[in-house]
Amino acid sequence: MIYLDHNATTPVSPQVLQAMMPFFQERFGNASSFCRIGRIARTALEEARASVAACIHASPDEIVFTGSGTEADNLALRGVCRAFHGRKRHVVTSAIEHHAVLKTCEDLEEQGIAVTRLPVDCRGMVDPDQVKNSLTPHTVLISIMAANNETGVIQPIASISRIARSRGILFHTDAVQAFGKIPVSVDDLGIDLMTLSAHKIYGPKGIGALYVRKGSAMAPILTGGSHERGKRAGTENIAAIAGFAQAAELAEKHLAEEAVRLAALRDAFEKEVVQRIARARVNGRDAPRVPNTSSLSFASVDGESVLLHLDLKGICASTGSACATGSPEPSHVMRAMGLSPMDAQSTIRFSLGRDTSQGDLDFTVGVLADAISKLRHISSTA
Amino acid sequence: MAKERGDRDDTGMSSAENEKAQPIQGPVLFYNDTVIDHFTNPRNVGEMEPGEANGYALVGDPACGDQMKLWIRVDSGRITDIRFKSFGCPGAIATSSMATCMARGKTLEEAAELTDDDVVRALGGIPEDKKHCSLLGIMALQKAIDDYLLGRMCAEEGDDLS
Repeated sequence: MIYLDHNATTPVSPQVLQAMMPFFQERFGNASSFCRIGRIARTALEEARASVAACIHASPDEIVFTGSGTEADNLALRGVCRAFHGRKRHVVTSAIEHHAVLKTCEDLEEQGIAVTRLPVDCRGMVDPDQVKNSLTPHTVLISIMAANNETGVIQPIASISRIARSRGILFHTDAVQAFGKIPVSVDDLGIDLMTLSAHKIYGPKGIGALYVRKGSAMAPILTGGSHERGKRAGTENIAAIAGFAQAAELAEKHLAEEAVRLAALRDAFEKEVVQRIARARVNGRDAPRVPNTSSLSFASVDGESVLLHLDLKGICASTGSACATGSPEPSHVMRAMGLSPMDAQSTIRFSLGRDTSQGDLDFTVGVLADAISKLRHISSTA
Repeated sequence: MAKERGDRDDTGMSSAENEKAQPIQGPVLFYNDTVIDHFTNPRNVGEMEPGEANGYALVGDPACGDQMKLWIRVDSGRITDIRFKSFGCPGAIATSSMATCMARGKTLEEAAELTDDDVVRALGGIPEDKKHCSLLGIMALQKAIDDYLLGRMCAEEGDDLS
């Protein structure tokens, strides 16, 4: 199998699995227990918290572990809105956010919160000036992702956070696709809340984290025990958390060299695709992007049909995002970038990773060219 | 006792299966081999010149952007040739292909009775969230038959007027 869907998920790396294993059986304790086995779990939990915090230049008590990136997004949006008790009732976000943010915003709207969804330009970037112009005295939170999951386009986070800070508004960023691919320092970027996830960086599924800057007002959305300093009730998943910390450390360690390697592979791949396949376009080509992501549109063919041809040859890629698979609507990200519904429907995402080789990509270009030629032959719109 | 399999016809199913398609049990999650066969080797792909075809339809599903063009040739009330082109997901392509296989050789009355359920059953089922794709082939077929009938009616009226 040639796996080119690392933005959907990644395999757990051997070192990560090794770091997790002790916590299933011999060190199975509850981190809230008084007894020795509980203290062992507690120590592991706090060590992991410190490791994750160090990767983003935060302090350990600013990290709240959650059950997923989606939960962290929910906690940031709902938690901040709740903390203001409806005194401030306006949230600013973008049209290209992950559904974890967009659907949560829809739900907040039903609870009487006003939501502004900013457009993006044809490169897929949010304009900080538009953020500035959208703010009102009632704005409680700005939530703009660090890097888009479909295009890899990096958003101007530092500029947006400066605007937020100057107006005393909290700034949240979903950094699930940026973390481990580009440096994300909460101080350099001026971030108040940031969503992270383990399974995009060779860690386990079912564990995420929310960075919450000290002093930021945020109410819990899960109530129960006093875990995570009252910000997220529920017994901590120590095995997953230990795996997350190990994955974050490894990602941090290899970030610089991997970024150079992947960007070179990705850029050569895109060049080859555009040369060999007529009417191919690279989405977000002129914007800064995370190094592993390539979003390609091919006129007159359906993305899922291309995927099936690739799949039959053992190549795993994805249309827009894995979450959108099975939904008939074309990608909201491509539509926001100005693609027609048909061009949006013809988009494929290739996301490279640690094991991706030049040979994998050479083979993929060939299969891709054949698939598109075949589909265009039967296409009613070619 | 092992089930005897008849010769496979153009639809990729044995003739015995074709006559007595069983209802699908349980939810279908993925494309099966018959769907993939019709997707990778779609039958009756192509276009027909206005002189060859006497019925044509262009249909689209605005919900997902799928589109299908269908041409039919009707001689003595029977579909003697049928061609299609489709833009869409594997489900749309496979159901388009299967619909043309099932319509070929049928009388207009028989073809008009085909439903999208017939097409889905003939394919051995398609995933639940792809059911709307299966409408395309049958919709195009019915519209092409209407187009043929309308064309003949106009021709007859033209004859009456002359």
